Amino acid sequence: MNNPQLDRDGNLKHLLSIEGLPKKILNQILDTAESFVGVAEREVKKVPLLRGKTVCNLFFENSTRTRTTFEIAAKRLSADVISLNVSTSSQSKGETILDTVDNLIAMHADMFVVRHAQSGAAHLIAKHVPPHIHVVNAGDGRHSHPTQGLLDVFTIRKYKPDLHNLRIAVVGDILHSRVARSEIHALTTLGVPEIRVIAPKTLLPTQVEKLGVHVFHDMAQGLKDVDVVMMLRLQNERMNGAMLPSSQEYFKTYGLTQEKLKLAKPDAIVMHPGPMNRGVEIDSTVADGEQSVILPQVTYGIAIRMAVMAILAGGSPAGASA
Amino acid sequence: MKIHIKNGQVIDPKNQLNKKSDLFIAAGKIVSIGQAPDSFTANQTIDATGLTICPGLVDLSARLREPGDEYKARLVSELQAAVAGGVTSLACPPDTDPVLDEPGLVEMLKHRTKQQGLAHVYPLGALTRQLAGNALSEMNELHAAGCVGFSQANVAIADTQVLWRAMEYAATFGFTLYLHAEEPFLAANGVAHDGEVATRLGLKGIPSAAEALALASILRIAQETGAKIHISRLSTAEGVDMIRSAKQRGLNISCDVSANHLHLTEHDIAYFNANCHLKPPLRTQRDKDALRAGLLDGTIDAICSDHTPVDDDAKQAPFAEAEIGATGLELLLPLTLKWATDAKVDLIHAIRLITSAPAQLLGVAGGSLSVHSDADLCLFDANEYWRVSPQSLKSQGRNTPFNGLELAGKVKYTLVHGQIVYQSAH
Repeated sequence: MNNPQLDRDGNLKHLLSIEGLPKKILNQILDTAESFVGVAEREVKKVPLLRGKTVCNLFFENSTRTRTTFEIAAKRLSADVISLNVSTSSQSKGETILDTVDNLIAMHADMFVVRHAQSGAAHLIAKHVPPHIHVVNAGDGRHSHPTQGLLDVFTIRKYKPDLHNLRIAVVGDILHSRVARSEIHALTTLGVPEIRVIAPKTLLPTQVEKLGVHVFHDMAQGLKDVDVVMMLRLQNERMNGAMLPSSQEYFKTYGLTQEKLKLAKPDAIVMHPGPMNRGVEIDSTVADGEQSVILPQVTYGIAIRMAVMAILAGGSPAGASA
Repeated sequence: MKIHIKNGQVIDPKNQLNKKSDLFIAAGKIVSIGQAPDSFTANQTIDATGLTICPGLVDLSARLREPGDEYKARLVSELQAAVAGGVTSLACPPDTDPVLDEPGLVEMLKHRTKQQGLAHVYPLGALTRQLAGNALSEMNELHAAGCVGFSQANVAIADTQVLWRAMEYAATFGFTLYLHAEEPFLAANGVAHDGEVATRLGLKGIPSAAEALALASILRIAQETGAKIHISRLSTAEGVDMIRSAKQRGLNISCDVSANHLHLTEHDIAYFNANCHLKPPLRTQRDKDALRAGLLDGTIDAICSDHTPVDDDAKQAPFAEAEIGATGLELLLPLTLKWATDAKVDLIHAIRLITSAPAQLLGVAGGSLSVHSDADLCLFDANEYWRVSPQSLKSQGRNTPFNGLELAGKVKYTLVHGQIVYQSAH
């Protein structure tokens, strides 16, 4: 089975999921992103790598933050950017995903950034487009959100450069989380020795341990001596039903408070992919506290997305050999 | 029309026949195997040297998509696919649009398929009206119109009281129920086996327990009501065990497995291959092994194609939204042969599972080469390989997980009522 993300020379053709990407490619993206972090601090926040290219943000599922950061990233690379909220336009008129894509190809889009509520949507589009068009998955169902996974490891690398010596806990709704899956794959590929997931059984997928993680149901045990705590968002619709009895009970058992955070290493960092539910999965004092790196995650998100788009367009300053 | 088929290897599981022999057909019937009857002058002679002659295949589950879903497939295309696959009799589930819950619809379907003069079609009537699982259909009326049994297709009856009544009523008249065992609440919105692959791909899972729970209800109620039950498309190791012990207890139960599930597992979904979106879902290697073992020891009575043609557009969607099903009529024989080769099973035993065994379950003619029976037969080259591709299939549905694969077992001639209804181009 060919990896649909790589061309025959092993270079990145699409970014669909972290799973299946070699360490070399992940490092290439992370190193390239490093060179873009500074761009935002310049007076002219632009590089010409994607000049003349058209990047099409194709959001079949609503998103503000991810779409905005992709938009900013593309603009800083000097691309022309179109952002379509398809959930509110053609799809409601019965157009299929691939019809929408074909129309945009006819308008000479060079790159698609795709978000969709169904797992596998980005793969479907990548399989469909002609070879010169690149697809970036900006989140598909529960499956994958590779740029989020990458920006998370980028952030970790900034604060804890020795990845081979880390203990990391991912806390919350793993079952529905594409972010968790991407984080886990990125961390295992980059050689993080111990990854823990902490959640009630209702929020863990079957055989989650096969992803290479240790399973905990108790925060006190799971957080003990970890270097990084990655909190996940709990969707509102999961809070009162068969998954969980209430958000109050969830906060008491799995919400991250200062008290629980004390169990982690004293210099542990706290992350969250946003948007946060304060008082549900994370206490405000932690979210805004000294150990929180939640806002830097957002900043680095732009650099990561610039790196991915630059590499796909063949303009990586760090080069494939980095 | 008199046909002389010479030099073929005649395999007839029902009569335990497996020998090189000539076969003679007159007036649509098999008149002799071995010696030509007195004063037999053939109008046509078929040289079957190197070919196997077996009864026309009998398929327990093939969707023809009419009425209602003609854009997916048509009677003509699917009946041509049937005979191209050597299938001369098939049972079709009632989930058409409208569903087969009215005698008039069944009569129309019987009439229209008969007109084609290709494979015989035996409809399974809807067990409940609209398959809604609330009210019983008019089973006697439907039976009179031509239904050979009753089914809920892929729709479960969630209400166990209705299931109980349906079995009691069917048992009153001796009708067989063809049930797919899947507990609907556990399976709700699921699209793949609840296991490693679904977890990795972020697909909503259908746990094996959904089959076990439904089976437990069905078996228990069957025991109370004495209904004759056939479980369609078993998918789990636990399911095989449950059927095995139910049979040992003497319960009147039978079951089948789809050819897909004999060869594929959840891992074949790979990167969201929508052709692997099937019902029941493809399960684990362990389940596949158990299904194969169940076939070997007789727990599983037959292999079906679960032929479900889907139009290309309906598969061009993210996995969960891609329509369920795969085309199968033309793959039933080669996939059965492949299993037989893998499992080192005699050809005669393998062929029984797609001829006499399903015919007996359905209670229909066919499935044997007995002298004086209808000359429904299939001539195939067990050693000729062919590549599965959209172009190589007659079915209007071109979707199959086996696309691109080379399979042994090429149908050369198919005869129905002594008429050659299919002959391969080369």
